[in-house]
Amino acid sequence: MEPLEQLRARAEASVPGAVLEIVPNACPADPPSLRVDPGHALAVAWFLRDDPQLRLDYASNVTGVDWPETVTKEKARVKRMVDGVVKEFETVVEKRRPGFLEAVYHLYSMELKQGPVILRQRTGDRDRAVTVASLTPVWRGAEFQEREIYDLYGIRFEGHQDLRRLLMWEGFEGHPMRRDYVEPDDYDYEPTPHADVLEKARKHYPAPPAS
Amino acid sequence: MSVPGSGILKGLVETARNFAGSYVSPERLVTVQYPEESLPPPENARNFPFLVYDEDPDKGLRCVACKICEKECPPQCIYIVAERDEKGKVLKRPRIFDIDISVCMNCQICAEVCPFDAIKMDTEFELSRYERFGALLLHKQDLAKSNEYYRRIHPTEAAEVDARLAEDRARQQAKAAAAKAAAASPAGAPAPAADKTP
Amino acid sequence: MSAAPPSAPLPAGAAIDRDLLEISLGPHHPSTHGVFRMDVVLDGERVVRLKPVFGYLHRNHEKLAEGMTYLSSMPFTDRLDYFCSMTNNWAYALAVEKLAGLQVPDRAQYIRVIVGELTRLLNHACLIGFLTHDMGAMGTPLMYAFREREKILDLFESLSGSRMMCNYMRFGGCRVDLSPAWLQAARKVVDDFPRFLDEFDALLTTNEIVMTRSQGVGILPRELAINASVTGPMLRASGVDYDLRKVDRYGIYDRFDFRVPLGEHGDVYDRIMIRFLEMRESLTILRQALREIPPGPILDPKSKLRGFRPRAGEVYGRIEAPKGELGFYLVSDGSPNPYRYRVRPPSLINLTILEDMCLGQLVADAVIILGSVDIVLGEVDR
Repeated sequence: MEPLEQLRARAEASVPGAVLEIVPNACPADPPSLRVDPGHALAVAWFLRDDPQLRLDYASNVTGVDWPETVTKEKARVKRMVDGVVKEFETVVEKRRPGFLEAVYHLYSMELKQGPVILRQRTGDRDRAVTVASLTPVWRGAEFQEREIYDLYGIRFEGHQDLRRLLMWEGFEGHPMRRDYVEPDDYDYEPTPHADVLEKARKHYPAPPAS
Repeated sequence: MSVPGSGILKGLVETARNFAGSYVSPERLVTVQYPEESLPPPENARNFPFLVYDEDPDKGLRCVACKICEKECPPQCIYIVAERDEKGKVLKRPRIFDIDISVCMNCQICAEVCPFDAIKMDTEFELSRYERFGALLLHKQDLAKSNEYYRRIHPTEAAEVDARLAEDRARQQAKAAAAKAAAASPAGAPAPAADKTP
Repeated sequence: MSAAPPSAPLPAGAAIDRDLLEISLGPHHPSTHGVFRMDVVLDGERVVRLKPVFGYLHRNHEKLAEGMTYLSSMPFTDRLDYFCSMTNNWAYALAVEKLAGLQVPDRAQYIRVIVGELTRLLNHACLIGFLTHDMGAMGTPLMYAFREREKILDLFESLSGSRMMCNYMRFGGCRVDLSPAWLQAARKVVDDFPRFLDEFDALLTTNEIVMTRSQGVGILPRELAINASVTGPMLRASGVDYDLRKVDRYGIYDRFDFRVPLGEHGDVYDRIMIRFLEMRESLTILRQALREIPPGPILDPKSKLRGFRPRAGEVYGRIEAPKGELGFYLVSDGSPNPYRYRVRPPSLINLTILEDMCLGQLVADAVIILGSVDIVLGEVDR
């Protein structure tokens, strides 16, 4: 398997306009992944599948990951003029990373028995710009898995023939795998009222059933 | 092979052999008539958890209400409230220890994570009840079972646990004795081993 | 009846005209192996459209796992493919071990191979039983398979405490050690199994009804199988040499001498035969493993039950489960709970090409084509 850096360069050369970014992986057991912009994802996917050195003909695992907006606070030292003297102050800088959804494809080659190459597509945000390119035309195996991502995460796959919910029913509201999904309050009496079950029990019955 | 029907005949010979064999060969006769007779469970068999007590079913419970099992329980079927004394100080024993066996999935993780060998897996499986909820919520007094019972159902495992606990107790006694000796001897030469391992 | 023109497949959105018949196979139908539904449109007896409908057993396993510790998810993996809890445990443990950098001791590796291959035996034997049940051999072959399965489940019960929900493997090894008596019992099961296989072989493989029902039915071409990410015996029945035990050589599979059987036609009959042959290969692996199992520890000393927090990062661990490639994709942020926990279910993905295999076939054949895919709904719907 060629180095990822070289693979990226070849893919960029073969698909004009494609911008690929290597996303590092903190765990050394698996290789870093390749992020591709949704506009060129399909062309890059065809390249990865048909390139004679790669022949990534098998999309093993296709899945979504939700990254909500995070705000991390970092301490920083700022210099400021106070009464004509430069003084250093310690302030807290808020770093905001906008939220996005991600579709991750683990690609292997059955012909050359190599892999994985991990391909990622990111959406612009989590509400409106949630469209990425469907890679089902390249790998049929992504068909149900992209439907599952659409169902559970709400990523829309442009170019998917049959983009319907897979596991939840038609008419279900929301995307349950998102990290900020709030499940509907459909409490049923449970004999072990404790923790959040107890909270629910209190809401539904003024005096919870004695345990 | 090419004669039509020979494959079917061959198959029928096999079924006939199994049918006849089931009357004579114990290899082929594999069922027992359950309610009348039943096979003993293997030693490692597990079903629902129970609490081990040493002498007294209430005071002798090994559980110290540390709630590790409650936290680790995958389906969250354990509910523990620690006992408090009159002043509100938390005592090291449970006031409420409930296991909802209609939720429990017999995974044994509570028994594994327990640092005090207080909760173990039972082999009792004939537990059907007429009510759906109440009768399947086991309370502390239903769950408490003696160490002798534990030794009876899991002899090997119980022997290991007993040895480990005896060792712990011996070590604690030695430590207590050493501390006592150190306190008794006036600022002289305390036992060095006891000093190093407070 | 005059020769009717071959029924053309009906496109997804197309209206169903009055000559066609729309039926719903399932969700409560014995042929669907669980609560699975196929919306089938028929032209006479021929299938012109088939859309699988999932989700009747959906319990958001992945979401549950994100809310609990790594260890707490282990017993839930048993319930994915409830026939093969051992291999499910193995796949999950493998992924977490990759993430946390744990080393599995030799003895534990051997134990994993032994229980994993026993799982393969029972899964394949039962699948053939179910499949012949679908063809109309009501019960008898299935009961023979169940009789053998019960012997293996007895082994699992005496090892792990539970017949089907074993919850046996731990990150960095296994939970309890094998006893010499257990090994002896396992040797006996492995020695007796070929007798059952020969009987089963004689009962089914040359049976005219099995042959007519399954030969040339539900053909899956090689290229389509690869493109649709089909894995496991289904893939190999279509002639693709891809077995993760040989490709990834995870665990200690490089130490065993075994072959990967391949099919030629990719029809239902080949899928039955592949499973027969794989069982025989599993037996050779088992004999080697039972002979060579070394003494030693069964758990990595670095492995922790309480307070387990692997490093941040993402991994994808996969094994060759009896039904295909079972993978776990984990994203960790360094906390005790996984940030993202994903199961790659072989049963679900193998169903991608169910419609392609069934188009133009008889509706009765759609049932056995589904049976030959080997699905378990606990895993399909998760």
